Amino acid sequence: MASTDATTDSSLPEGSKRDSMLPDRLRPSPFKEFWGYFCENRGAIVGLFVFVAFILIALFADVLAPHSATEQYRDALLQPPAWQDGGSTRFLLGTDAVGRDMLSRLIYGARYSFFIGVIVVVISAGTGVLIGLLAGFARGWVDTLIMRLMDVLLAFPSLLLALVMVAILGPSLINAMIAIGIVLQPHYVRLTRAAVMQELPKDYVTSARVVGASRLRLMFVTVLPNCLAPIIVQAALSFSTAILDAAALGFLGLGAQPPTPEWGTMLADAREFVLRAWWVVTFPGLAILINVLAINLMGDGLRDALDPKLKRS
Amino acid sequence: MLSFILRRLGTFIPTFIGVSIVSFLFIRLLPGDPILLMAGERGMSAERHAQLMVQFGFDQPLITQYWDYLTGILRGDLGISFKTKRPVWDEFFALFPATLELSLCAIVFAVVLGIPAGIIAAVKRGKWPDQVLMSTALVGYSMPIFWWALLLIILFSGMLGWTPVSGRISLMFFFPSGTGFMLIDSLRSGQAGAFASAVEHLILPTIVLGTIPLAVIARQTRSAMLEVLSEDYVRTAKAKGLGPLRVNGLHALRNALIPVITVIGLSVGTLMAGAILTETIFSWPGVGKWMVEGIGSRDYTAVQGGLLMIALIVMVVNLVVDVLYGLINPKIRR
Repeated sequence: MASTDATTDSSLPEGSKRDSMLPDRLRPSPFKEFWGYFCENRGAIVGLFVFVAFILIALFADVLAPHSATEQYRDALLQPPAWQDGGSTRFLLGTDAVGRDMLSRLIYGARYSFFIGVIVVVISAGTGVLIGLLAGFARGWVDTLIMRLMDVLLAFPSLLLALVMVAILGPSLINAMIAIGIVLQPHYVRLTRAAVMQELPKDYVTSARVVGASRLRLMFVTVLPNCLAPIIVQAALSFSTAILDAAALGFLGLGAQPPTPEWGTMLADAREFVLRAWWVVTFPGLAILINVLAINLMGDGLRDALDPKLKRS
Repeated sequence: MLSFILRRLGTFIPTFIGVSIVSFLFIRLLPGDPILLMAGERGMSAERHAQLMVQFGFDQPLITQYWDYLTGILRGDLGISFKTKRPVWDEFFALFPATLELSLCAIVFAVVLGIPAGIIAAVKRGKWPDQVLMSTALVGYSMPIFWWALLLIILFSGMLGWTPVSGRISLMFFFPSGTGFMLIDSLRSGQAGAFASAVEHLILPTIVLGTIPLAVIARQTRSAMLEVLSEDYVRTAKAKGLGPLRVNGLHALRNALIPVITVIGLSVGTLMAGAILTETIFSWPGVGKWMVEGIGSRDYTAVQGGLLMIALIVMVVNLVVDVLYGLINPKIRR
């Protein structure tokens, strides 16, 4: 991130060479600086570890899962976890109502939740940042129109809007992801526009403009990299929101459809056994909670490390 | 102040029009035409189809249809429910008190626990109460509330048998609904045990719906308090020798509460989204459950009306919060 260069440079006495003032070994690279701040937050480190573990589980699900996610063992319906009476080490976390192994389904479920997070963030951040850049650079009626449209989208409670969009598109995981992506997009538009408007009057933008940088170059090469900090923080937050909302849609029967081992859909299947088989209800929700919690912890650390306004002095 | 209110209204009206366009387009974007949707799987003859298209005005140009829809809204006409054949407006307002009662209880629950938690965390910054409270708040903030509801049901209804699983009041009690608020109606009915039953039914849904606002309010109170505690006037108050209760409670809290109040106002949207899940799980007969059922049973006029009304309610509350904020804090008016 090159965001602080303008201010550090102006604090140097005129004519002094940068290396005479600050030897390179005293000036940490932007990544090192970021990492230093990030590591100060212990929660963020824990979150990062858990999140990386989830990614690994998602990647190596085929190797890790003891059974197939969809195979039904008819001889072991609603078998409790291994440590309870009636459980066996064959199914460590027990089986569901049609005899599928809970542990394997949870492991494969990590793939879906990771996939949902990535796709939703790509959809919402991709379009949101583009529209926000456009609004910030164009100003005038284009800006007003875009911002009013975003106000309209924000007036609907997010889950409600996603629900209605899925009703139009038809219930499936892909449509749920598209709907959630659209619902989360206005936040990126607002953030990007605000950041662009903050950067535009700065000297480095003017100088780039004077040198004759094209508008596209100004947008994407000059200004955008300096607006990234809040966008990255938002990306982390919407990753977790995406997982929660997709699970909620799955739970309502409007997201991933059975027998997909998506955690929210698993909970929907488990609802009727809530008082009979605690394990089919507890584990999928716990997986969602741990995953979302890890990402939120990481998001807090990212915000501390990237957001200059909140940076400790 | 007046110009501030007018300017705020100036953004309200275009947003309202935008929201009405979105809900208007909802039915028209569905695959198939509205009359076929209404007929459902039974189907209908071509003449009957044409006749109904004319009757409901679907043969008109889109802009005329929208104009009729918009003027209808202003008259309180949201169309007729496909399923019950009753006016959507009446259906919505028959169910809305249940959602409102639950939401109010949830927000009271969140405020009563969240503000003290935030204050304690701020005053004990960095010490164990802060860490415990803020970790708990983060867990609450990350909670999939539909799962949280199931867990509470397992514990309190299944294992302990303390609370009922669904509905607003035990079926043993019957009395005409006066205000639509079960707590008030059950008290007024004078039947022994009715009020207690209504309270029992409210506890779990209130906790579930209030959890995320509770976490948000606790976090917001903490950061607002921390900001205020570092201000000069707080230091002055301390230097004058005022006790911690007076400094924290009176001097700091009063100013810290301003952003907290905004957060409370802005959580209406969160509450409405949460009500969809909470009401579905606890069979709470409010508008959230009604919307989910509407989607399930393809009662699209009901979904359309609910979509519009919920967005309108969120917008009006946000407007009121903004104006109140302008009243309290003159800086924002400019």
